[in-house]
Amino acid sequence: MCVCNSRLFAALKLLLGVWMTVVIIAAFFYAPAAQNLGQMSRIIYFHIPAAWVSVVAFAVCTAYSVRYLRNRRTQDDAAASFSAELGLLFCVIATVSGSIFAKATWGSYWNWDPRETSIFVLLLIYGAYFALRSSVDDPSRRGSLAAVYGVLAFITVPLLVFVAPRIPAVQSLHPDGPILATGGGLDMDGRMMTVFISSLMGFTGLYAWVFSLRLRAWRFITALANRQED
Amino acid sequence: MWSSNWAREALAVLAKDIRSEYRTRYAFSAVLLFAVTALAVVSFSVSPYSLDADVQAAFLWIVLFFSAMTGLSRSFVREEEARTAMTLRLSTAPEAVYVGKLLFNIALQGAVAAVVVPLFLVLMDVAPAHPGLLASATILGTMALASSSTIIAAIVSRANAKGAIFAVLAFPVTLPGLSSAIRATTAALRGAVGSGSALVAGAAGDLRALAAYSVLMIASSLLLFDFVWDD
Repeated sequence: MCVCNSRLFAALKLLLGVWMTVVIIAAFFYAPAAQNLGQMSRIIYFHIPAAWVSVVAFAVCTAYSVRYLRNRRTQDDAAASFSAELGLLFCVIATVSGSIFAKATWGSYWNWDPRETSIFVLLLIYGAYFALRSSVDDPSRRGSLAAVYGVLAFITVPLLVFVAPRIPAVQSLHPDGPILATGGGLDMDGRMMTVFISSLMGFTGLYAWVFSLRLRAWRFITALANRQED
Repeated sequence: MWSSNWAREALAVLAKDIRSEYRTRYAFSAVLLFAVTALAVVSFSVSPYSLDADVQAAFLWIVLFFSAMTGLSRSFVREEEARTAMTLRLSTAPEAVYVGKLLFNIALQGAVAAVVVPLFLVLMDVAPAHPGLLASATILGTMALASSSTIIAAIVSRANAKGAIFAVLAFPVTLPGLSSAIRATTAALRGAVGSGSALVAGAAGDLRALAAYSVLMIASSLLLFDFVWDD
């Protein structure tokens, strides 16, 4: 990697730090509280980006899995597992923060709301993915089995996202009005919107940064192991 | 020429599995006894209460799901344990192996459902409002269970902890099919609470979702099976 590139990364890293700090401050002091939910509505600047990143990380994991199945490079398998690790972390953050919000607004931590069901299944998929990885010894077999399972699970996630919220017997309590107003477009205050989009970008950047860090560390360790073998 | 060969190989794999199953009756008796035991436990513990249709449908599919989890991994695990997988790999095209195992799993799970569902109706004292709907929900649900768990069984047979992680891996992937099957069964058991046409329309949507889910699973399994089978 050339010098200018690494300098660019260093600058981006600093920018990300400043960006996230500004977003966190703005989420509490700049954005107004929503009318119905009051101060509790500030969760959207953290909960939704975390849920978003957990889905994006899964998509990245699937993309690397497909690439691994095509050309069998160890690096792609490692990247898929790192993305899944980060996705699991963000999925836990989204689940726990959503659960606290549910307790504060609906009075119970968990009530199998369709959104809760789909994030719980995502959590289960991540868990199953790592259970599978840990139960195979041979690295190349582990890579291909985990990749196949990742692709298979990724195919079913859209089904869950589209099927589960449409169960007529279950009325969703999830306040997605301000975010995904059905047919009404986005219905958010301008300042809330700014902070929300910035937070979404910041979380995605955070994910990309930690992911690249993990991948660089992996490359370094592998190179070191190869050198010691020689 | 190629396609007829391929179909013949798949049918040969199916015939081989059925013959070895007929000789030992290992999978069928184990799964069937498990299903009957689970059904007896459910029926015994809730018999004093009259249950809602959705609870009954949920119980039925829990029994069917876990009996599938005990039996359907056998088809591939047996090949690995008996060390016949390598021969199969050399002699037969991967897709033919997959289709043969899929047909065997559909047959096995269908046989279990054919015993469990009538027994369920008797033990729980249920008269289904729409028997035809119940039958089609059972058939399509069996297809969905078998189509999602065959590829998972192939994955599990290559891993170390074969029994323990099968249900863990299969549940998130099977859930869309399972929830549609439960909803269609609820509609079949409940009968005319809402207006008839709306009920049937909703159930028809669920049945379509089940069929689409099975097709999706079988198609993606055919694409991915090669990577599991030949590594």
